[in-house]
Amino acid sequence: MSEVKKTKYFNPYIGGVLLGLVLLAANFVSGRGLGASGAIKSAVVSTVNTVAPSHAENATYYKEYNETHPNPMKSWLVFQLLGVLVGGFLSGALAKRLKFKVEHSPKISSKRRIIFAILGGMFFGFGSQLGRGCTSGSALSGMAVLSVGGFLTMAAIFGTAFMLAYFFRKNWI
Amino acid sequence: MAPLIVNEIISPDTNLFIAFLIGIGFGFVLEGSGFSSSRKLAGMFYGYDTTVLKVFFTAAITAMVGMLFFSLFGWIDLDFVFINPTYVTSALIGGVVMGVGFIMGGFCPGTAFCAFAIGKLDALAFIGGLTLGIVFFTEGYPLFEEMYKANYLGTPTMNELLDIPRGVFALGLILMAFAMFWVGEWAEKKFPREEY
Repeated sequence: MSEVKKTKYFNPYIGGVLLGLVLLAANFVSGRGLGASGAIKSAVVSTVNTVAPSHAENATYYKEYNETHPNPMKSWLVFQLLGVLVGGFLSGALAKRLKFKVEHSPKISSKRRIIFAILGGMFFGFGSQLGRGCTSGSALSGMAVLSVGGFLTMAAIFGTAFMLAYFFRKNWI
Repeated sequence: MAPLIVNEIISPDTNLFIAFLIGIGFGFVLEGSGFSSSRKLAGMFYGYDTTVLKVFFTAAITAMVGMLFFSLFGWIDLDFVFINPTYVTSALIGGVVMGVGFIMGGFCPGTAFCAFAIGKLDALAFIGGLTLGIVFFTEGYPLFEEMYKANYLGTPTMNELLDIPRGVFALGLILMAFAMFWVGEWAEKKFPREEY
């Protein structure tokens, strides 16, 4: 009799309910949803403020941002994202998944994977600013509060990725 | 009573501490669900792994239904919950650009941090890319400002747009999610794969 191989991850529906409860807790306690890209933006603005203060005073984006956010790093999303690192690490440690590696399809090299990861990140980072939030902040959190914008962004992200999947198949399968 | 921060039940510093705790829960669930693997995430777009679809939509309907009932019981005042504003042009174009990034890079920002936490170096590269992309936006902001602010509709919700009660829209979304889960389960049987 062959041994049944158990999946090492949560059942996706149970994972989904847990993620939903985390999102509900965020709304209940703080009146807002989850996010990720906003924390990187805080770090970017904060770095510009420190490295090039005169540029931060003159360029429109930083000027507007600093007027409404007196201390960019003391933000809800920055603390939440630090928690994500801790939580991800704990889960990986418990499941024995901690390992330095470049994950990629056997059909491509690590170098190609890294180049595509950087390029993909650039698109995602730019898009997240234009779209006022990423998959967490705009799509997931927006959908939970039934925001029209959240639904539009969700459909655009997943629709585009599906349409382009064929052209990038070598990278994944 | 809730949101606690708006009604000054907790202090702003406590709110930041709770943000950290919520982040731990967020990261733990993402990693535990397999979102620290780019090949698993990308699997969604090829039908061999629809975990993303299942986790994402189950989470959205759980939180949505939770808020609906909390508001019904008078536990939360939805008027004080942040509703993402709707700028039609930038929501769509931003989403398309993010979709390109997703299929090329295999992560979204939250999952990249989660994957980096367990040592994925491709996630670190993605985070580097994210930072560059954000700098392009903030530096080039005057070029994009018009597009960024075009077609502003305020903060409409889907049920307002369709002019139906909130609960009816929620029920419709739940049924739609169940239909997608069914398609997902079917696709995984049709396009089998190894576990990453």
